[in-house]
Amino acid sequence: MPWDRNQMAARAAQELQDGTCVNLGIGIPTLVSNYIPDGVDVTLQSENGMLGMGPFPTEDAVDPDLINAGKQTITELARTSYFDSATSFGMIRGGKIAMAILGAMEVSETGDLANWMIPGKLVKGMGGAMDLVAGVGRVVVIMDHANKAGESKLLKECTLPLTGKGVVNRVITGLGVFDVVPGGLKVVELAPDVTMDDVKKLTEATLVA
Amino acid sequence: MKKVYSDAAAALDGLLFDGMTIAAGGFGLCGIPELLIAAIRDNGVKNLTIASNNAGVDDFGLGLLLQTRQVKKMISSYVGENAEFMRQYLSGELELEFNPQGTLAERMRAGGAGIPGFYTRTGVGTVIAEGKELKEFDGETYVLERGLVTDLAIVKAWKGDDMGNLVYRKTARNFNPPAATCGKVCVAEVEEIVPRGSLDPDMIHTPGIYVHRIIQGRHEKRIENRTVRAA
Repeated sequence: MPWDRNQMAARAAQELQDGTCVNLGIGIPTLVSNYIPDGVDVTLQSENGMLGMGPFPTEDAVDPDLINAGKQTITELARTSYFDSATSFGMIRGGKIAMAILGAMEVSETGDLANWMIPGKLVKGMGGAMDLVAGVGRVVVIMDHANKAGESKLLKECTLPLTGKGVVNRVITGLGVFDVVPGGLKVVELAPDVTMDDVKKLTEATLVA
Repeated sequence: MKKVYSDAAAALDGLLFDGMTIAAGGFGLCGIPELLIAAIRDNGVKNLTIASNNAGVDDFGLGLLLQTRQVKKMISSYVGENAEFMRQYLSGELELEFNPQGTLAERMRAGGAGIPGFYTRTGVGTVIAEGKELKEFDGETYVLERGLVTDLAIVKAWKGDDMGNLVYRKTARNFNPPAATCGKVCVAEVEEIVPRGSLDPDMIHTPGIYVHRIIQGRHEKRIENRTVRAA
């Protein structure tokens, strides 16, 4: 059985290193915070200007001045600090954030990432994604292995405009965990009952041993 | 010099002209200068170029100026919450310059600090770097981005005093401090103007030198994405 989105998030949470600051993207990556392993203490950065993001508020604690980068209402913790956007991206660009976990539309076998634009269709913008992938220590992508038509999202080359070139370290899909290594993508782990044949059928990118 | 004005329209008097550039603080609908935006709409000034991380939603924030077609061009990092924006952009009525969020913040910070350009890794190898100077430092490629100076900056803070000293609250700080510095003139709106001396000088986020005019007003502070957990 391939992993569902919660299982993908739980697997991604295993990537978190104790004592680090990490940035979680919008969508499935946000779910990662539900699965932080016991004994691992991480500080979540929200690029709109906060270190130490707490859980969603109860109804009576909603504060319009306290949101995350997905514009959701959130709460602060005892460790929290606030800062402006220039300072926030200073710490991102400056390599102070150990890891970013984010979603993607396409990833190439050389670690190129496309997740911000479909020409002529979807015009949303890159937000902070280009700064994050260029600046943080390690980039982990969580995404579906294939699109709804069954076409691989792990490609030899991205077809969409790039968010970053050669920036992805690891990809977690429903089928397994893949590292960007010289020559292609290396299978690190398969989801339960998923075979290499299943992966090969749904992967355009070069798979290396 | 008297900095305190009675309301948004009075604070903007004499500052607005067709074709001008404006930097606006805020992230999503959080910490946006909503009173000044409404006053710019009421003024009717046209052909605006606005640098702001987002473009509001259809009926609030900068979305108000899109509805009235007062905006010629947006410089933003993310505009996904605004249907009217997408419609105008896809039909060619509105120019759009996408800046990565950190590049936009740094462009404002640099512009305000007298720095005309800076090199960043962000966007290298993407369409963002096309047509811009690339330079190698220590084996890594960087792209030259320009500091941004605008005719006007509009920002929203929590509290301020008659000297223009500003204090922001929680994540409503966001783009406001860098935006405040990059305007040739900066107008701030706050929830409360407090007596001089009542803000702790060690806790001021934007020193008054950057702020030329200030107003106090009532803010709707609309929530874009109310998300709660069970009590």
